[in-house]
Amino acid sequence: MPSSPCPPGATRNPFTQVETPAVGVTIEHLTKDFGSLKVLKDVSFNVEPGEIFVLMGPSGSGKSVLLKHIVGLELPTSGRVLVDGKDATSEATREQVRMALVFQSGALFNSLSVYDNLALYPREHRVADEAAIREKVLHALKILSLDGVEDKSPSDLSGGMKKRVAIARALVMEPQLMLYDEPTSELDPVTSATISEIIATLRDEYHVTTIVVSHDRELALNIADRVGILMGGELLSLGPPADLKKPADPRIAEFLYPKIDLQHPRFKNLETKP
Amino acid sequence: MKQLNNILEGFGSTWLLLVRSISYAGTLPRQFGRFVEQCYLIGYTTLPIVAILSFFIGSVLALQAGRSMQDFGTQQFIGSLVGLSMARELGPVMVAILLAGRVGSAIAAELASMKVYQEVDALVTMNIPPARMLVVPRLAAVLVMMPVLTIIGDLVGWFGGAIVAKYTKIISIEPESYFSVLRHYTHFDDVMNGLMKAELFGFVVVLVCCNIGLNTRGGPREIGASVTRAVVVSLILILVLDYFVTQVLI
Repeated sequence: MPSSPCPPGATRNPFTQVETPAVGVTIEHLTKDFGSLKVLKDVSFNVEPGEIFVLMGPSGSGKSVLLKHIVGLELPTSGRVLVDGKDATSEATREQVRMALVFQSGALFNSLSVYDNLALYPREHRVADEAAIREKVLHALKILSLDGVEDKSPSDLSGGMKKRVAIARALVMEPQLMLYDEPTSELDPVTSATISEIIATLRDEYHVTTIVVSHDRELALNIADRVGILMGGELLSLGPPADLKKPADPRIAEFLYPKIDLQHPRFKNLETKP
Repeated sequence: MKQLNNILEGFGSTWLLLVRSISYAGTLPRQFGRFVEQCYLIGYTTLPIVAILSFFIGSVLALQAGRSMQDFGTQQFIGSLVGLSMARELGPVMVAILLAGRVGSAIAAELASMKVYQEVDALVTMNIPPARMLVVPRLAAVLVMMPVLTIIGDLVGWFGGAIVAKYTKIISIEPESYFSVLRHYTHFDDVMNGLMKAELFGFVVVLVCCNIGLNTRGGPREIGASVTRAVVVSLILILVLDYFVTQVLI
């Protein structure tokens, strides 16, 4: 990785070292319904260019759905999502702003080798010749300390390696906006910490605007510039990670610092809906 | 009402996929590798089962018809019956049914699995249209391979009929006589009609199976459900289309 930090307000291309303006994201009164189920309820916030924004919340709170709106995989019921001031649902925005989403499962193409997974984007978009693509792919693998895995199949990799390959694949897209969906889920604590370090380093070195959806409190406390808490489709809090240490809202305190109470097990008090 | 809605939604999404695929047809030359791979999967791997099935269809046709025709002393015309039946109807329909069972199910399973495990979403986020990469090479491959499979199916079926006609005592027609009658009554137009049907059926099967696979939602259980739906819808469409196309071509 380069030693000099990227100047504020710019994103540095990991391969060419060329600096381009960093992009921001604006969510305005976003509402999403799936039939009668209201998944997102009037959610609004901004992500500043070059910022690491971590969105936390319990399972089913709408975090991943919100992420899908940013990359245009879901259409809002009402409200809008702007990426670099442009409508995220427009195909033209995806062509103008390079966005990469690292899926929770990695979403690597199992029928392709690791090398071909990484080479797919530049090949399909014909951004370079085969020799340049090879150089770029091997460089991305080197950044993520994945030297020597290029000929392996994704099914031969461990969970942590799959996540790193998914990040490397995103990196090959030379993104201005990186989105991570639960990047540390299903990983052991050390690998989780490694992934958190990678996310922070990529932002520090290349100033890529980063949005992370996660349950991981340690990740949020250590790498986030700001943290949003989403519960039941509503944004309950938004602020610096220091705010998470002593949350005022009891629902957030319960979510972030749950106590294991063997005398009064929580599951016995859960409401059961018909 | 919900089922009607699902059927209309299925028709709509299939048409949309067709229009998108046509708009990406120009990208085929630079997807030549994928096209060849699909030709291999659709054509080469299906060929043995097409040959086996066609052989026995031709044989059974000759056996059943020969027995009845012998009652009227017309067994010398068995070549025309097998020839026309295979060329105009059984060849294309049986190859399409095999295609639905073997290739269509595999396509639906692969694409449904890619959808469920978010590989299709990953393509969209990379700004790579799934129709371009996953559907266009398959449609092009089936258009090339269906006539080849159907012609081979017809030939093997005719050959199966000839063997039964020679070695079944109640028929006992020499291959020279069998093929002479077959050539006399089975014209180039009959074979072409069959090939047109095969092209249409193959294209529809692959399009429908791609669409059902790409519209799968849920988990692993839905992958199985999509495969079943893809095969059932394909079989129904083959037979319904066969009736209407036959009405036009007859």
